[in-house]
Amino acid sequence: MLWSSFAQASTFMPPQATKVAESVDNLYIFLLVISLIASVLVIAAMIYFVFKYRRKTDNDKTAYITHNVTAEFLWSFIPLVLFMVCFAWGWKVYHEIRTAPEDSYEIYVRGYKWGWDFEYSNGLVSPAELYVPVGKPVKLLMTSSDVIHSFFIPSFRIKQDVVPGRYSSLWFEVEKPGVYQVFCTEYCGTSHSGMLAKVHAVSEEEFDAFLSGKALEALSPVELGAKLYKTRNCNTCHSIDGSKIIGPTFMNSFGMQREFTDGSTAVVDENYLRESILNAQKKIVKGYPPSMPPYQGVLSDEDVKALIAYIKSLKE
Amino acid sequence: MGAAGENYINCAKGLKSWLITLDHKRIAILYVISVLTFFFVGGIAALGIRLELFSPGPDVMNADTYNQFMTFHGAIMVFMVIIPGIPAIFGNFFLPIMIGAKDVAFPRLNLLSWYLLMFGAIVSISSLLFNGVDTGWTFYTPYSIKGSAGVINMTLGAFIMGMSSVLTGLNFIVTIHKLRCPGMTMKNIPLFVWALYSTAIIQVLATPVLGITLLLLVAERVMGIGIFDPALGGDPVLYQHFFWFYSHPAVYIMILPAMGVISELITTYSKKTIFGYTAIAYSSLAIAAVSFFVWGHHMFVSGQSEVAGIVFSFLTMLVGVPTAIKTFNWVATMYKGSVTLKSSMLFAMGFIFVFTIGGVTGIMLATAGMDVHFHDTYFVVAHFHYVMVGGTLFALMGAIYHWYPKMYGYMYNELLAKLSFVFIFIGFNVTFFPQFILGANGMPRRYFDYIPEYTELNRISTMGSWLIAIGFVIGLVTIIQGFIRKEKAPANPWGSKTLEWTIQSPPTHHNFESTPSVSGGPYEYR
Repeated sequence: MLWSSFAQASTFMPPQATKVAESVDNLYIFLLVISLIASVLVIAAMIYFVFKYRRKTDNDKTAYITHNVTAEFLWSFIPLVLFMVCFAWGWKVYHEIRTAPEDSYEIYVRGYKWGWDFEYSNGLVSPAELYVPVGKPVKLLMTSSDVIHSFFIPSFRIKQDVVPGRYSSLWFEVEKPGVYQVFCTEYCGTSHSGMLAKVHAVSEEEFDAFLSGKALEALSPVELGAKLYKTRNCNTCHSIDGSKIIGPTFMNSFGMQREFTDGSTAVVDENYLRESILNAQKKIVKGYPPSMPPYQGVLSDEDVKALIAYIKSLKE
Repeated sequence: MGAAGENYINCAKGLKSWLITLDHKRIAILYVISVLTFFFVGGIAALGIRLELFSPGPDVMNADTYNQFMTFHGAIMVFMVIIPGIPAIFGNFFLPIMIGAKDVAFPRLNLLSWYLLMFGAIVSISSLLFNGVDTGWTFYTPYSIKGSAGVINMTLGAFIMGMSSVLTGLNFIVTIHKLRCPGMTMKNIPLFVWALYSTAIIQVLATPVLGITLLLLVAERVMGIGIFDPALGGDPVLYQHFFWFYSHPAVYIMILPAMGVISELITTYSKKTIFGYTAIAYSSLAIAAVSFFVWGHHMFVSGQSEVAGIVFSFLTMLVGVPTAIKTFNWVATMYKGSVTLKSSMLFAMGFIFVFTIGGVTGIMLATAGMDVHFHDTYFVVAHFHYVMVGGTLFALMGAIYHWYPKMYGYMYNELLAKLSFVFIFIGFNVTFFPQFILGANGMPRRYFDYIPEYTELNRISTMGSWLIAIGFVIGLVTIIQGFIRKEKAPANPWGSKTLEWTIQSPPTHHNFESTPSVSGGPYEYR
């Protein structure tokens, strides 16, 4: 189709990965074209008039034109018609975005400060990595455990706010296998811009393998820790190269002496790390803001063990 | 009548004579000083934001500081610069003169408005002392209930500034109805006055809703009454409805006076009567009326029902029509005119240029299916800066230059003024146009950090912000240099036809020697 080849060629949008994205892009191209035409007409007329009707002397006489019913009717009516076309087309696409097919595969999503959990029907919880089968409609049932977040996948052209105390939903059917970026688009505090996730659109077989949990089991504690460091967004505040982001760096931290805001000190050992991961507010290191949320109930014992192993491994 | 050479500036001396003045013109000068100061502070915050976004990752500040900069930039620019800007400065100074009155209807209330703005601003800015607020200027719940304690000061400040806005609006409505000079029918008042009238209606009707909402927020935070917080049984989305019920009409509080200014500038510098006076006047009223019914277009993805989304999309499209009419009328006014490119006219044309882009992208955002992708991305940031900065601030700059001779009695250096336009106009487009592309590409707003793909466009945008800063510095130099140069301004340097140009520059304390009377419209260029 001419429309869609146009849309593909436009460099301003991320790659399309769903049918809905294609519908949105067709609408986008239409809006872009009429916007361009309208803007060029207005601006060109203005610039033309400046040159054509330049002031020659201070005593120039100008035409006394108060109004023109035909012109005024036309430039009210034509925009109105165009706006109504935009509206109707927008309605159609909006309906498509909001109406999930009946047989959609359901996945629960929990947003929290600052990360995403994806829970599958067999109880498997996958943080920050959403695996979905290609070619099957997927419906996300989403809620938040603290403030409002918003789940946005640019390549799918969809987003939906994730509100505490209620479920909202979002659906998509990925056409091409691949990895797609997820952003949080409702401002939620310190690491709002670090609240990222990835959608992995995979074949049916790979998806089944993922569901049976094989992908995770094969990891050593240090490897799992390194994975959690990214998926649980530790990396948005703690560096592993010695630099300061928001919290203290993990590099060489194990075994170090820490001084806290209340003046007490402690050596970084397994128990200190466990407490700081699960409830960071108990001890705030001097010179750092108390912005880390608690991970009690979020991370399993296995996860904490893996993270500690990972932090211990970060030595120069 | 005073002695020759006496005017409103030199008729009384000393700081006290300014702080307790009831003269609308002197109060306008108080607003000039305060609004420009706030603009400076908000502008520094903007430069800080752009500097931080020069590269991905932390550059010059950490995430929490960035979020505070972002909040302060938004709150200061909205509540202390753009909302009071044109109405409080130029409305105060010229509305009474344009309708042939000695002052506004309630001079004491007028002074109170200024003090309320100052008091509210101090309370707001003091929130910095209680942990900086980091909620963004929208104070969305439940984040604003759980976060920094400074939120209470910030919202109370906004509430107080809201009262200032209500009183100014009320004052203007009564002034326009009751104090017009003989012959000054509603069909003969300048379009700037019509714009102020429409603005005032929104201020009086919508601002109390914001006040109530912010008070509910404070009540929830301080007393733990569950209104918006789901943990207490409240509904966070309800807050968004309340907030946008005010804040969408407020967008028109920001832009309508600017549109009024543009009508004045285009007629003066084209030496031509306005095309479609009635259409422009009524389109202001139409915008004011419809603006109350479009707030849900901020919430297409908030979880409101599909039907609500559709209805709000439809109503929003309707606002586009009167806005388009105005734009076409301005361009049509230039047709067969005698156009001179003074700095104010450049700003007026700059306004039409950027406002057209802001307008068409507004239609894109009003299209429900499209907005789902654009919502809360840089596309929205670019859109509202095209409308608010490119629109309101360009008009404000145009107004500053246009009325400078009248307000201060001096001429400024035209070349410097034009130079400020060149820097601001180019800088503005370099800063904000790339943000449309960033947004279409998916970059969310209020992001301290971004993925590396977005680096280049962010760099361009940041460099643009430096050009804008240079432009405003040149503007400030132009204003100050005019005071130093002391080149006396004639009564009507631009050949304008509205009443303020019939009296001396600067005006006397009582504006007119004797009550004027008019027999025709405000743009009789024959």
